[in-house]
Amino acid sequence: MLGTLARRTASVLKANSVQLLHRRAFCLGVLPDGLDRNSEAFVRNSQVMEGMISELQTHIEKVLAGGGAEAVKRNSSRNKLLPRERIDRLIDPGSSFLELSQLAGHELYEEPLPSGGIITGIGPVHGRLCMFVANDPTVKGGTYYPITIKKHLRAQEIAAQCKLPCIYLVDSGGAFLPKQAEVFPDKENFGRIFYNEAIMSAEGIPQIALVLGSCTAGGAYIPAMADESIMVKGNGTIFLAGPPLVKAATGEEISAEDLGGAAVHCKTSGVSDYFAQDELHGLCLGRNIVKNLHMAGRQGIMNGFQRINPEYKKPLYDVKELRSIAPADLKQSFDIRSIIARIVDGSEFDEFKKLYGTTLVTGFARIYGQPVGIIGNNGILFNESALKGAHFIELCTQRKIPLVFLQNITGFMVGSRSEANGIAKSGAKMVMAVSCAKVPKVTIIVGGSFGAGNYAMCGRAYSPNFMFLWPNARISVMGGAQAAGVLSQIEKANKKKQGIQWTREEEEMFKAKVVEAYEREGSAYYSTARLWDDGVIDPADTRKVVGFSISASLNRPPEDTKYGVFRM
Amino acid sequence: MSYSVLISISVSSLIHSKSSNRNTMWLMASILRRKSNEKPFLLQLRLFSVSKSHVRPDDQQQRIEKILIANRGEIACRVMKTAKRLGIRTVAVYSDADRDSLHVKSADEAVNIGPPPARLSYLNGSSIVEAAIRTGAQAIHPGYGFLSESADFAQLCEDKGLTFIGPPASAIRDMGDKSASKRIMGAAGVPLVPGYHGNQQDIDFMKSEADKIGYPILIKPTHGGGGKGMRIVQSPNEFVDSFLGAQREAAASFGINTILLEKYITQPRHIEVQIFGDKHGNVLHLYERDCSLQRRHQKIIEEAPAPNVTDDFRSLVGQAAVSAAKAVSYHNAGTVEFIVDTVSGEFYFMEMNTRLQVEHPVTEMIVGQDLVEWQIRVANGEPLPLSQSEVPLLGHAFEARIYAENVPKGFLPATGILHHYRPVPVSPAVRVETGVQQGDTVSMHYDPMIAKLVVWGENRAAALVKLKNCLFNFQVAGVPNNINFLQKLANHRAFGIGIVETHFIEQHKDDLFVDPSQSVLAKEANSAVRFSAVLVAACICVKEHSALKESPHGGHGLLSPWYAHPPFRVHHHVRRIMEFEWENEYDSSGSKLFRLSVTYQPDGNYLIEMGEGGLHGSEVKVACLSEHDFRVESDGVSTDVSLAVYTKDGIKHIHAWHGLHHHHFRQKLGRELSDEDETQHKTSYVTAAGPPGSVVAPMAGLVVKVLIEDGTKVEEGQPILVLEAMKMEHVVKAPSAGTVHGLKVTAGQQVSDGCVLFRVQG
Repeated sequence: MLGTLARRTASVLKANSVQLLHRRAFCLGVLPDGLDRNSEAFVRNSQVMEGMISELQTHIEKVLAGGGAEAVKRNSSRNKLLPRERIDRLIDPGSSFLELSQLAGHELYEEPLPSGGIITGIGPVHGRLCMFVANDPTVKGGTYYPITIKKHLRAQEIAAQCKLPCIYLVDSGGAFLPKQAEVFPDKENFGRIFYNEAIMSAEGIPQIALVLGSCTAGGAYIPAMADESIMVKGNGTIFLAGPPLVKAATGEEISAEDLGGAAVHCKTSGVSDYFAQDELHGLCLGRNIVKNLHMAGRQGIMNGFQRINPEYKKPLYDVKELRSIAPADLKQSFDIRSIIARIVDGSEFDEFKKLYGTTLVTGFARIYGQPVGIIGNNGILFNESALKGAHFIELCTQRKIPLVFLQNITGFMVGSRSEANGIAKSGAKMVMAVSCAKVPKVTIIVGGSFGAGNYAMCGRAYSPNFMFLWPNARISVMGGAQAAGVLSQIEKANKKKQGIQWTREEEEMFKAKVVEAYEREGSAYYSTARLWDDGVIDPADTRKVVGFSISASLNRPPEDTKYGVFRM
Repeated sequence: MSYSVLISISVSSLIHSKSSNRNTMWLMASILRRKSNEKPFLLQLRLFSVSKSHVRPDDQQQRIEKILIANRGEIACRVMKTAKRLGIRTVAVYSDADRDSLHVKSADEAVNIGPPPARLSYLNGSSIVEAAIRTGAQAIHPGYGFLSESADFAQLCEDKGLTFIGPPASAIRDMGDKSASKRIMGAAGVPLVPGYHGNQQDIDFMKSEADKIGYPILIKPTHGGGGKGMRIVQSPNEFVDSFLGAQREAAASFGINTILLEKYITQPRHIEVQIFGDKHGNVLHLYERDCSLQRRHQKIIEEAPAPNVTDDFRSLVGQAAVSAAKAVSYHNAGTVEFIVDTVSGEFYFMEMNTRLQVEHPVTEMIVGQDLVEWQIRVANGEPLPLSQSEVPLLGHAFEARIYAENVPKGFLPATGILHHYRPVPVSPAVRVETGVQQGDTVSMHYDPMIAKLVVWGENRAAALVKLKNCLFNFQVAGVPNNINFLQKLANHRAFGIGIVETHFIEQHKDDLFVDPSQSVLAKEANSAVRFSAVLVAACICVKEHSALKESPHGGHGLLSPWYAHPPFRVHHHVRRIMEFEWENEYDSSGSKLFRLSVTYQPDGNYLIEMGEGGLHGSEVKVACLSEHDFRVESDGVSTDVSLAVYTKDGIKHIHAWHGLHHHHFRQKLGRELSDEDETQHKTSYVTAAGPPGSVVAPMAGLVVKVLIEDGTKVEEGQPILVLEAMKMEHVVKAPSAGTVHGLKVTAGQQVSDGCVLFRVQG
């Protein structure tokens, strides 16, 4: 390492800037630039990505506006802040916040449901990373749609996995009653929220609730199940049944404040612990609770993982150029190393098995000083690539090095030669390794994510700690054209059995329909709206987002990995 | 003797003193400053470092090796500096209030002499003398104020075998009585203000004397000072009332009601002459000071030499001062004050201050001497190191006194904590004499002076430029102070050309004090403060960030990406609202609220927008230079900004200095501390058992006090009675507005838990 540094320094001293670029390629571990800025492809890719980002930005602007001007105004007239403003005041001033799944619920229901009606994300409070779950009262009164519940549960899942204290900013009307069948009865439905609170609390992961608005019926259990809770005078209410229901049931006429306001619960019932004069006061109290957490949920964090290098270098190349790498045409390939060079510290990447199974790129690097193992696709997965991947994952799990998957995969190689070589067996090895690896895993889909490649490269089903998409990402079991081909062959055979003639036009129409459906369902928006990922990110933010994800994932003691039976 | 020889002597002496003590750097530097361009100065330097050969020091007298300084604050520190340079050990005395003061820390030893009130500590001569004997000090330096002009104290020192570093007790006594001093001065041929100083106090006689002198006339008690009992009588028919009033006040304040009469000079200047005498009968003067700039009869800006006076006047007034001192066989430092009639050009003896004065540094600066050293040498029996003709006159010096005071409220003394105290850096031409440090409290017990700023220049204009600059850079926050006012004085055109007189502030009050009707000024101030608010917002963001980075979790380790600047948000930028309250002195309606929106730009700059129209978004770039200092770039202009932030009474105070501006903003904090609900207590004292509105004893206890009578109308929350239980007092308040009924308990009565104390009916 020192030798590398010395040599590099020497080369920097000797070379002028033109030679510098050239020489870097020969320095051990330092990735070359890899981009030809004058090429047509570069210009075209940049333009296409720019278009995608501006489209993304228009969607984001809409969700950032919450439930609309009218609802926002009503909210502020009650001396209430918007959920993101609440979070801004809870996290350490001037610190960062990693918001998750901003586009949840995007075009999912007939009515818009910005951010799924709930804001979730991670940020530091008094130096402790916390998971925030904040209802947006301006969106359908903060009620829980199915996707709202899914997003709430996903936040809790991350919190449980990373042992992050949970801070619930409650301001919700409870379950969205018209969709009760989709929100109430199933395992991963409303009740799971409280189950998770109980289980996490049992594991010593602090559960904190701030009741900043209404908290009715089932929602009442969020603060009630919390380790500590705060209520804001005037705005916060907790009751199993609101005044109208009480009147209907018992005839008792009572105001919301007298029925379940802060004074009642902080003084008489004991349902809440801290009495806040107003919302700002409540948020201050919330920070104080975190300040006093001390070691809760923290045991063993300080040992195990490699101590990180406090001084880290930025990548040598402009991270903004990540917007120019993904090809406009998905069929075209690109070198994943040009992405790695713009994500890792100093663009330094020590590649493992560089010459073997070259369609999978594996190697060691650091991100914000934290050692990581990177696995990226440079083409279809062959036998060798899959074996190399499994080998590399084993190295990282032994060394407790977090894994970063950069997905751009059309799948495993098909065909007789491949099958005969046991591609299924090799693929299974990699899938086994990915499944069992107990180190933090972060997946970024920078291109396609198709078929079993999605599995081997740690897709959603393999529980990566975090998973993000670039706007150009596409996820489906196979490509639209391939699917159309397969389906039309089957359909054709069926029709033939029934003695129906299929015209060429009919077949084309059938195919077009399939392609169209795959096109729609394979898009990043379709995925992120359904929470198949944790958000769509600007490629230029990749380094930061991966850094935040790993930082959050390391908020727990490391675990030993135990693998299942590898088919040899 | 050639000059080259002289130089070698002076340099060796410089090196010598340099190695002995670093505190004398200012003096050293000032000597070096003059060395380069003032040849005559070298002559004095020689005399200064090598004692005159023809006069041998008094070998009989033991030389002073340890001094007790019977004072506090800057003068105690000032005396210690010189003492240390001379290798003399120092002893401080202190009251309980000054336990952690700078003068205590600066001394080799320190002795507590009593509680905070001055009469029990710094005015307690016997305990000070006892402290000197206990610590083995041979001499006492009284500083100024306190016991410095107490003949009894000087006598007491002498009786106990201690050297009093000051004039003989007899001289103090002679000069302490204003009437007596004037008699002596008159006999010595020193010009006196026409007046009557006799013992005949009959009112009719006094009236006839007044008529003889002519009006306007000044009525003054013979004893005391500080303007107490003084009256100006404009015409004969006002005389009787004013005379009687002055007598009464004098009797009440000083116990002696003797009165003197003097011609009242309408446009006076206050010019005083620094004199010095030794025990061998030599007396010389060190030129004059002009101390005309006064408020509440106290000087705030002094200068030396006096501007706009002729050399003839200078030597006349100097000689008069020397004669005055000789008339009372004076030795050590003294000041003879004259009143100068700017109309006629005549000067008259006012009084003689038998001590080293507050403003002595301006004289030191123009003569290149250390007067405290002179005092010690004279006390040691040495002759004066210079003769009159050898005293140089070099350049011009100003002193501005920085006080903790409330200028708009008639310069009332202010108290509080010096949350931020950053004097200007000292240099050969800039001295800061201070007795405080950041974090010290300016208490009500003593003089509220924070520091003296002394500047020197080749001439008056050059010195004035430095004075203004230093005042702009002198940062004090936490207590109200007069820096802003001193700036206005220093910038006044009349002062600029040296037209000064004791009524200066009164005469120019329209320029010096804010007039709300001056809308042009108000508008200017408003735009300055808006810009200031923008700078403050940006600096606060940067400050916050650097504080985060330095916090144990922020700078490194796993969390560092979370504290990187600018803070990250997914697909948007952090935008925050900041609110600053500004006390608008141009607007009687009070404070003004600024609401700013700060957006963190990806490049680390801030986009700052102000709520109301006018100043649209400005892009601001900030570099953090230190905890308090920032370099801010806005619209292509870079400015240095200094910030002081402290919290007082749950409010965050932010002071910002930039360019020629200093603004003070306040920011409300989240109510972090109180999570008490007033309404909760109400319910806890109200019982459902009694009639509605009944208030019960919250616990068993003793009624200590009943604050109102039964049947009184009360406001909600008004205290009704005080209970004591478990060694704690609990105030029982009215739960609602109404009339109190059934209040039967009395003080001293024991009540049991839950018993009805009273009820309130609306």
